[in-house]
Amino acid sequence: MTQVDNHPEHEPNDAEGYFVDGSPLIDKKQPTGPIAERWENRKFNARLAAPANRRNLSVIIVGTGLAGASAAATLGEAGYVVKSFCYQDSPRRAHSIAAQGGINAAKNYKGDGDSVHRLFYDTVKGGDYRSRESNVYRLAEISRNIIDQCVAQGVPFAREYGGLLDNRSFGGVQVSRTFYARGQTGQQLLIGAYQALERQVAAGTVETFTRHEMLEVIVVDGKARGIIARDMVTGEIETHLADVVVLASGGYGNVYFLSTNAMGCNVTATWRAHRKGAYMANPCYTQIHPTCIPVSGEHQSKLTLMSESLRNDGRIWVPKNREDCDKDPRDIPEEDRDYYLERIYPAFGNLVPRDIASRQAKNVCDEGRGVGPLVGDFRRGVYLDFAQAIERMGKEAVEEKYGNLFDMYARITGEDPYAVPMRIYPAVHYVMGGLWVDYDLSSTIPGLFVTGEANFSDHGANRLGASALMQGLGDGYFVLPNTVRDYLADGPFEKIDESHPAVVEARESVESRINTLLSINGDRTVDSFHRELGHIMWEYCGMERTAEGLRKAIDLIRGLREEFWRNVKVLGSAESLNQSLEKAGRVADFLELGELMCIDALHRKESCGGHFRAESQTEDGEALRNDEEYSYVGAWEFKGDEAQPVLHKEHLVYTAIEMKQRSYK
Amino acid sequence: MRITLKIWRQADAASDGAMHGYQLDEVSEDMSFLEMLDVLNEDLIARGEDPVAFDSDCREGICGMCGLMINGQAHGPDVTTTCQLHMRSFKDGDEIVIEPWRSNAFPVLKDLVVDRSSFDRVIQAGGFISVNTGAAPDAHAVPVPKDKADRAFDAATCIGCGACVAACPNGSASLFLGAKITHLGELPQGQAERDRRVVNMVGQHDHEGFGGCTNIGECTSSCPKEIPLDVISRLNWDLHAAMRHGH
Ligand SMILES: Cc1cc2nc3c(=O)[nH]c(=O)nc-3n(C[C@H](O)[C@H](O)[C@H](O)COP(=O)(O)OP(=O)(O)OC[C@H]3O[C@@H](n4cnc5c(N)ncnc54)[C@H](O)[C@@H]3O)c2cc1C
Ligand code: SF4
Ligand code: FES
Repeated sequence: MTQVDNHPEHEPNDAEGYFVDGSPLIDKKQPTGPIAERWENRKFNARLAAPANRRNLSVIIVGTGLAGASAAATLGEAGYVVKSFCYQDSPRRAHSIAAQGGINAAKNYKGDGDSVHRLFYDTVKGGDYRSRESNVYRLAEISRNIIDQCVAQGVPFAREYGGLLDNRSFGGVQVSRTFYARGQTGQQLLIGAYQALERQVAAGTVETFTRHEMLEVIVVDGKARGIIARDMVTGEIETHLADVVVLASGGYGNVYFLSTNAMGCNVTATWRAHRKGAYMANPCYTQIHPTCIPVSGEHQSKLTLMSESLRNDGRIWVPKNREDCDKDPRDIPEEDRDYYLERIYPAFGNLVPRDIASRQAKNVCDEGRGVGPLVGDFRRGVYLDFAQAIERMGKEAVEEKYGNLFDMYARITGEDPYAVPMRIYPAVHYVMGGLWVDYDLSSTIPGLFVTGEANFSDHGANRLGASALMQGLGDGYFVLPNTVRDYLADGPFEKIDESHPAVVEARESVESRINTLLSINGDRTVDSFHRELGHIMWEYCGMERTAEGLRKAIDLIRGLREEFWRNVKVLGSAESLNQSLEKAGRVADFLELGELMCIDALHRKESCGGHFRAESQTEDGEALRNDEEYSYVGAWEFKGDEAQPVLHKEHLVYTAIEMKQRSYK
Repeated sequence: MRITLKIWRQADAASDGAMHGYQLDEVSEDMSFLEMLDVLNEDLIARGEDPVAFDSDCREGICGMCGLMINGQAHGPDVTTTCQLHMRSFKDGDEIVIEPWRSNAFPVLKDLVVDRSSFDRVIQAGGFISVNTGAAPDAHAVPVPKDKADRAFDAATCIGCGACVAACPNGSASLFLGAKITHLGELPQGQAERDRRVVNMVGQHDHEGFGGCTNIGECTSSCPKEIPLDVISRLNWDLHAAMRHGH
């Protein structure tokens, strides 16, 4: 494709003064040749480590979600010496457990025209052409093996009467390629991976370190050689050395404080690596999920997602008039209701993609037509109404199809959704940004690999439903074991010990940080800082971003960070179980990440996927991409606390797919 | 709402613990039980007192991390996880007693936090199907009858929270164990290791200090995932079968 530059020269970037331009970034592992052969070739060319040598090669894996547990189990089976870390009390509790909807795979068991190429195509398009095509193709290719592996492990996927696996269509996709286990696909897949992991623990190839938090990467002569972790029960600071470090530490959606992520989800592992030289890519790409239960009050600690499948039968509306917003919805007559999605998008109606449904809900609430309780002076909610569905299908049929979701809603809100329309509001759900990795899943620090939600690579600017689970397991079971072995084939590696200056430096920096946090003894709790940061992020770097808002957010975050280090109050000691101390370290990292997210959002003067820049929209208010200028991955290099970050661009080239504007009108 | 709390405070595994009283004046019924504790902790920190340590992560009823004895009942008065219990299940003026899981196999680490790693070791003893990555046949090669798949699924919904153990007067983990035996035992993939699995897992269960099952049924009535009592019959049946087969 030839690039035409028809934009005025020297147009200043909105983020000028906030960052420095760096050299282009090239993925040296990016394969060429026919797209369907690239992964096969890479696997064949990846060097082998002889079985007898593997006992002398060691791997640290941080995280036991789908990405980490699958990698640990597989590398353990291969015979490497594996250490696995997680902050929960058991690997089985990693956040992957919360995934409800399902996992995609191009099995074409329904014979409805699905194929590897179609899954590849849908995923690249859904990501608004901001992902790498070789990676996505590989993902689609191995998706089929994932299902085989999970079934063999005993994952109880939904089945039909004939005993074969059932599929459903998900997230507006036109083929049935989603495998599911009732509303708890993540739980069942993780249990499978966890059991495979525990099997290796019994076999002696994997050692697990639960209630351990990784706080630093050890980099020796430019290569990752271990981590510093804190035993969260005794407070002991431990050094763990290895030949390879894998980060599978999940996403950072909790930078928003309120999100559908688990309470402990954090950015610390990847942020510490970023500060040590790993580039952070596309940090501003955030996915907002349209169907969450709205905030009920000031004390809310997290948000709960309800499956999107509700949009198949429920109708979404708000009152036409603000005066009606506090009325009982059943008393508002048809002619006073605004079924806004059906009005604006007659072709797709309530089934428009996640980013569009979310943004329109925000718009109507911003107009003052939101419903539900006032939180502050604002109502954040729209109705998801099943009255017509109940009339059409009967209450029993609705119960059969959605009963467990209705029960969950009733439990959380105390309202009966069969009688009163449910209320929903968008919430932060997933991040597409993460550490930059090459095709081998290696970060810019040799020996440091990154997998699952912690890396940036496969979803572009928007993730389609049911593809994060696929990526986590695909990376862990099938990709990483092949690429790590190529790296390990260089072994045996020079032995280092705990007295090495790089180890001592890493350890001391962790200790001094903890001591600082404990000695400030100010008068604001960690949570109060986190809430405030979350509020800034949601307001200015949430569903809609403007240059003005983002600049304001950066100032606010800088001020908040300054106050944090002067005024935070963390009680207790370092030598014991201290949950405030754990949170304080995580929030300190979120305060740095938040600023980078805003700078990334500010510099990207286009709208794509989960990134809607108000300045870049079509006449009728839809996201307007700018492929000439922005079809690149924005990878940020850390240069020091006082220095501006450096932006390296990896240009995206598509040879197997043609770029198109998305349209749902 | 005005709520009085009596909470078990224990500095660490080696210290003695005791009940402490607290008062909260503005509890909203929309709060979850754990959000109520968050509010208490913010108050305590503001006053310079050590906040109450408790476990939670997903706060969605699925990870199994949370777990408190509330007025003597595992997870409290409703059949759900602690994180999904809401304050509307209580009344203005109520006194609520909060303790950690009670079981010798779950030692207290601090306040309301216990160590459940014994569950992981029970799984290590055989709670898996031995298949290496990449060695799996096509998923459709082995059909599974729907009734068996559904039964396996029902058992697989166990979240490993430990409420069954905490509720059991004997401190038995038979419901947890039975759930895993049933999950894997219903599936064709789980048959090859079926005898060995049950023998080894039961052995580890006893070794960890969990008590024996005398069919009291407190486990199933406090299980947030409503794992049925008959998984224990299945466990016993499999154990006897394995003995008959000479294990
Ligand atoms: C409510 C919800 C529903 C979802 N539904 C779906 C769905 O239906 N389909 C789909 O495809 N995707 C879904 N997703 C997205 C998907 O669940 C996640 O993207 C995916 O599970 C992430 O897996 P992971 O292995 O990368 O990380 P995680 O599962 O988040 O695991 C992170 C691991 O890292 C550990 N860790 C983190 N930091 C540290 C540290 N500093 N030290 C030590 N350990 C650390 C944690 O202990 C944990 O073990 C959903 C997400 C949410 C929130
Ligand atoms: S059987 Fe029930 S109570 Fe016991 S650990 Fe499993 S989910 Fe919890
Ligand atoms: S916190 Fe996950 S089940 Fe309660």
